[in-house]
Amino acid sequence: MIGMISYLAFFATMAGILAIVVLGLNLQWGYTGLFNGGVVAFFGAGAYGTMLLGGRPELGQFGGYEWPFVFALAGGVVLAALIAWIVGMLTLRLRHDYLAIATFGVAVAFESVTRNAEWLTGGAKGLRGFPRPLEAAIGNNFAYGLFFLGMVLVVLGAVYWGLQRLVHSPYGRALRAIREDETAARSLGKNPARLRLQSFVIGSAIMGVAGGLYVAFYAFVSPQDLAPILTFQVWAMLIVGGAGNNRGAVLGAFLIWGAWTASGFALSKFAPQAMQLYTGSIQYILIGTVIVGMLLWRPQGLLPERIVTRFTKTAAKAGPTSKGAI
Amino acid sequence: MIQSIVDGILTGAIISLGAIGLTMVMHMLRFANFAYAELLAIGAYAALVFDALFAGLLPVLDTAFKPLTLTAALALATIIAMVITGASAVVIDWLVFKRIRAKADALSMVFASFGVALIVRNVLTLIFGHKAQLYSNDIAFAVVLSRDPLLLIKPDQVFVLVAALALMGLFHLVLTRTTFGYALRAVAENPALAQVSGVRLSAMITAVWMIGGGLSAAAGVFYALTNHLSPVLGHNFLLPVFAATIVGGIGSVHGAVLGGFIVGIASGLALMVLPSGYAPAMPFVIILAVLLVRPHGLFGEDHS
Amino acid sequence: MSAVLTVSALEAGYVRDLPILRQVNVSVEHASLTVIIGPNGAGKSTLIKAIAGLVPVSAGRVVLDGADITGIRPDQMGALGLAYVPQTDNIFRHLSIRENLALVLRRVEDRAARLDELYALFPPLAGKHKDRAGSLSGGQRQMLAVAMALATRPRVVLMDEPSAGLSPKIAAEVLDLARSLTGQGVTVLLVEQNVKQALRVADHCYILAEGRNQLDGPAAAILSDPLVGEIYLGGKRVGAA
Repeated sequence: MIGMISYLAFFATMAGILAIVVLGLNLQWGYTGLFNGGVVAFFGAGAYGTMLLGGRPELGQFGGYEWPFVFALAGGVVLAALIAWIVGMLTLRLRHDYLAIATFGVAVAFESVTRNAEWLTGGAKGLRGFPRPLEAAIGNNFAYGLFFLGMVLVVLGAVYWGLQRLVHSPYGRALRAIREDETAARSLGKNPARLRLQSFVIGSAIMGVAGGLYVAFYAFVSPQDLAPILTFQVWAMLIVGGAGNNRGAVLGAFLIWGAWTASGFALSKFAPQAMQLYTGSIQYILIGTVIVGMLLWRPQGLLPERIVTRFTKTAAKAGPTSKGAI
Repeated sequence: MIQSIVDGILTGAIISLGAIGLTMVMHMLRFANFAYAELLAIGAYAALVFDALFAGLLPVLDTAFKPLTLTAALALATIIAMVITGASAVVIDWLVFKRIRAKADALSMVFASFGVALIVRNVLTLIFGHKAQLYSNDIAFAVVLSRDPLLLIKPDQVFVLVAALALMGLFHLVLTRTTFGYALRAVAENPALAQVSGVRLSAMITAVWMIGGGLSAAAGVFYALTNHLSPVLGHNFLLPVFAATIVGGIGSVHGAVLGGFIVGIASGLALMVLPSGYAPAMPFVIILAVLLVRPHGLFGEDHS
Repeated sequence: MSAVLTVSALEAGYVRDLPILRQVNVSVEHASLTVIIGPNGAGKSTLIKAIAGLVPVSAGRVVLDGADITGIRPDQMGALGLAYVPQTDNIFRHLSIRENLALVLRRVEDRAARLDELYALFPPLAGKHKDRAGSLSGGQRQMLAVAMALATRPRVVLMDEPSAGLSPKIAAEVLDLARSLTGQGVTVLLVEQNVKQALRVADHCYILAEGRNQLDGPAAAILSDPLVGEIYLGGKRVGAA
């Protein structure tokens, strides 16, 4: 029984952390129409940043300042936001897909740095020994697992609440206005470039928060934790849940993480020995199929954005496109 | 130094071949296609299959053109791989992108292309395995061109460079000397006006996928011939070919060619000072530099 | 006199269930020049584009020489004897003048001969045939655009504000060029903002507003109609309901 609860807590903690990432992506993609091709890099920046500031010192290793968790986490978030700001500054005024390419590039570059800059990131073996917040005070492993889950859910709740406030404020309406029709939004006195940049930075900072929590949970981070597939998983979560709907984003995170975990378990148990090396590929194909399938057959996801806004979306879209036809 | 530049030119030629189709597709269909580089992998593996098939059926084809390791079987297989890859690009467009194009915005296309890339790469992994493979187990000896500075080059590399340049030259002639080429350029500049001028858009889209797929397949084979073949081949070329299109300016075929060489040479030179583990990040640095200095690339136009 | 091109009860627009054109009827006589005028947003350009197949038609018919051409693909126009000159971006700037023309003629058998005929028709283009079209002046660009439209020997040419953005002198020349086409048996339907100039060269005139027919008649009569003069030539808007 304890084992079961313990496992469920573990599962829910991971799903909760991923749900925070999905919420960050939803602000960017769902509400502002920005494509982030390197989710894993912003998550990773939060993770490594938190680790460097809050970890224990090691010989010949940069960082290890043993900052209290909250400050270390804040530092990780700032790192994620900073990277987002630089990329955003360079790309957000250009054609929309430059951001996709540049963020994908960030992810590739970030992976290079984590694998190669040993003095900074520990290289392929990663960084270990993060002092988990309040672990000594709680002691018991089982209780700590539940405590940590509680902490993740509180952060998740806070991010959800904050984003709901944000997207239903005039600010959030301005973001959506830009997504639907940039020219019209500009004529209403909005500054699309600045709003987009803000949204992109805030969303990436939220991903950084999740990265910091991840490090605290595992007390360890390495390039293996930041495989490119994470970006795909987070996308799948958002598209399944429903872009532009924060409840959907959270739902999608739990559903997809559940499906991922279950499929991994089933494959390791039932796939023939010869196939064991390839179970990852099968799971990747499944994730890819979920993304493409949803886009083809149910792009609005399980919990769609409100109908009213969708109608204006199609109307606004039809205008410029057909005008483009001479 | 010289060696780095020579190696950079060779890689650059392969990147250029890959970038030509990408820049056309990105410009014509208005989306960054992250599945595009998988065409290099599809081409390289298709050639592997047909190479084995021809060598098995007609052993006489399986002798290398010395000093190359290239065999007649592989040369034939490459041509077939170009057609197959072009057809795969058309089929993928028909199955996925065309449907999404009809009802959603460009970002959904970008999104879908990531999904397609993931599927293609892992299907290739399932079929061919993770392991790196070679077309030929003959050892390709490098020729010492100079001892000081040291300059080594393999005959296969010279062949690849010549063949890549020949393909690019041929495509240049098509673009500038045939009315089909005019039509391609017309669609790239102004699709709506091209239609009014009697160009059937859907036919041109198919043509661009065929050409892009064919050139990418050649690029994939050329890379595999001078290095090795693995399912991550496409993924590894993704950022370089994007960098080449951005350096050259999206929509400019000549820009993509030049961009490919610039990316190849710059990456080669950078690796003189940086550890080779940073190689994958080099195109990203180049992209950032271009965005900073000249966001629309060398030959691009501001369409915003 | 017989109508070459008739548009009947046409409904068309970019968005489904939101037609810009409602019940529009137009009839164009052989070898005549017909002009469509009306306030901004009246649907003039939309009408021309709907005929050319560039805007989806939801109801009504477009008939060319007795054949129903409603909702054709734009690239089929040339084969049907129809040509369309867009208002802006109507030439390929990166192609040379010869390439622009050769592109339109790419399905034509005697391409070289036809090119020579077009150069004879438009001598300024002949001298520059190797130059990039983007290097041409505004008036020469319109000339090239008209030459591209005429290349396939269409029976009907549709023109969307051919004088837009040109100096008054060049604008008059372009409209005279349009007029001269009728002398060669070509039927011209054009949309204009430049009402006075357009009526000067036109045979017949249609007035559209709010996506509907308002009035039509011989150009001379429209030009001298005091009401029309007040509303269209004085700049007031009609039908602001």
